[in-house]
Amino acid sequence: MTEVPYIVEVRKVKKSFKEVQAVKGVSLTIKPGEFIALLGPNGAGKTTLVEMIEGIQHPDQGEIFIAGKQWKSHRHELHLLIGLSLQETRFMDKLTAYETMRLFASFYKLNSNRVDEIFTLIGLDDKKKAFVDNLSGGQRQKLALGVALLNNPQILLLDEPTTGLDPNARREIWNILLDLRKRQNTSLILTTHYMEEAEYLCDRIVIMDQGNILAEGTLHEILTLGGGHRSLDELFISLTGRHLYE
Amino acid sequence: MNKITNHQLFRLIVAHFAEIIREPAVIFWGVVFPILMAWGLGIAFTQKGGAQVNLAIVTSDSNHKKLHDPKLFSFLEANAVKKDSSFSLALTNQKLGDTKLSYFVTSSSNAFKMLKKGEVSVIIEADSTGSRYYFDPANAEAKAAYRIASNVSAYGIASYGSNQQEIRPLSLSGTRYIDFLIPGLLGMGIMMASCWGISYTIIDRRSKKLLRRMVATPMRKSNLLFALITARFVMNLAEALLLFLFAWLYFGVKIQGSWPALILLFIAGNIAFSGISILISSRTANSEVGNGIINAIVTPMMVVSGVFFSYHNFPDWIIPAIQWLPLTLIADSFRNIFNEGAGFTDVWREALALTSMGIGSFAMGMKLFKWY
Repeated sequence: MTEVPYIVEVRKVKKSFKEVQAVKGVSLTIKPGEFIALLGPNGAGKTTLVEMIEGIQHPDQGEIFIAGKQWKSHRHELHLLIGLSLQETRFMDKLTAYETMRLFASFYKLNSNRVDEIFTLIGLDDKKKAFVDNLSGGQRQKLALGVALLNNPQILLLDEPTTGLDPNARREIWNILLDLRKRQNTSLILTTHYMEEAEYLCDRIVIMDQGNILAEGTLHEILTLGGGHRSLDELFISLTGRHLYE
Repeated sequence: MNKITNHQLFRLIVAHFAEIIREPAVIFWGVVFPILMAWGLGIAFTQKGGAQVNLAIVTSDSNHKKLHDPKLFSFLEANAVKKDSSFSLALTNQKLGDTKLSYFVTSSSNAFKMLKKGEVSVIIEADSTGSRYYFDPANAEAKAAYRIASNVSAYGIASYGSNQQEIRPLSLSGTRYIDFLIPGLLGMGIMMASCWGISYTIIDRRSKKLLRRMVATPMRKSNLLFALITARFVMNLAEALLLFLFAWLYFGVKIQGSWPALILLFIAGNIAFSGISILISSRTANSEVGNGIINAIVTPMMVVSGVFFSYHNFPDWIIPAIQWLPLTLIADSFRNIFNEGAGFTDVWREALALTSMGIGSFAMGMKLFKWY
């Protein structure tokens, strides 16, 4: 594993789309094994920031280092370090769960042994032969998580991985992630709408609004910011006058 | 570890192929529908045992039982078989071929309805002053029907084929409508399957963010496109073989020219439409917009490229443009090989043009391509 103080280092990054400034000079660092939650209303700049970390978007200004390397010069290497799950990704309906996993495994030159390991890890062994379009919402989320974990990533970027799941399924996913940190010191950047998810899983919470970071710290730290709030939504209202999720 | 079954290109091709063959609708539209279309159109327009001409006779008699033109009346009574209010007149001639004239005696308004529906091509108004023929002079079939009907009623059925010493009947193969249709349908199959199969798949994957998910891995982008095109090509080949097999067994359609030249053109046609498919699907993530773009490309070619009827019916000034459309190039060259015995030397230019179109569109498509 790469020995760098920060697995992700975002330095004064700016990004605009035509007239809209999506990210206005954000800096952020994440240590190996650290789990952070990214919260904010729609249009806060979360997705753009995450996409720049994923190498999908390029910053207009500023720099991003993943394990000390930049996307421009180390694209292939960095793809091997990250695993991600996008909120709205839909895999091919007419492939089975197993075929989907084997397809993605082939991109990392991994064979069927690794695919079997992943199915056991995500608890979908009995769904290997099921077609993707016959999987439930929770099973699809697990499949997407499994695909993200194939390459033993050092950084996981998960976009609302438990949205729409029942409490049991949600807890199963949380346990998989916590176990992963214990075993592999994986870092996590999680975007979520659930405060308890951020609290249960993450070391740090980063609240974004209008392209800036508004608050950053442990849940306790940011709730006491500006004099004791009961929820992140309450804090957000006191900071901006608006609800966190509208 | 390095087994071929673990290779990303292999897995991509397998995945795309599985996706195609597991969709029952794909099998119906790709395999069954073209065969049904060939069968239906082949039966409807390939004439066996002579021509059929339908005419309506309008009289002022409200019962339509009696014809008022005594000449036409006595001619039909003497020569035709009468059934209810219609007459059937069989004209036979070995050289000119047989023609069956069916006369339907009906009211004026009904006769015009029948004409509009294509059930008759000529209306005869018959009264005591004689017969008058109503038909569209721009319609060649109606004109021929008028000539035959007016001739035989004026000069007797012996006048049909009276100039037979100057007639030399042709018995060439490859001159039926089905012989014209099958090469066109094979070309259209390549176009439809590529444009819907490749373009729509790419647009759909983009809209479902699957493309974006895939390029966030070390997958080679070229492998994805190559796999998509390869799986489609294999499917196109199977569809074309099944359609040809049907046409050969049912209609006796034969390939008179060179098989290798046909294969070359088939490959060139697939390259052309694969490239075009990549180009038209290079940007949009909205499947409804994609639907519109694909239709805007394939529908005009389906109409003007001479799949179902000759494009020589279009005005002269536009024909050179039509001839360079990719579907026209494929359909014309396939016809040359099927019906005129063409070989490599006759079709290499078309194959080269199609390949260039494909590579050019592919290159342009890749410049514009949005992965997310």
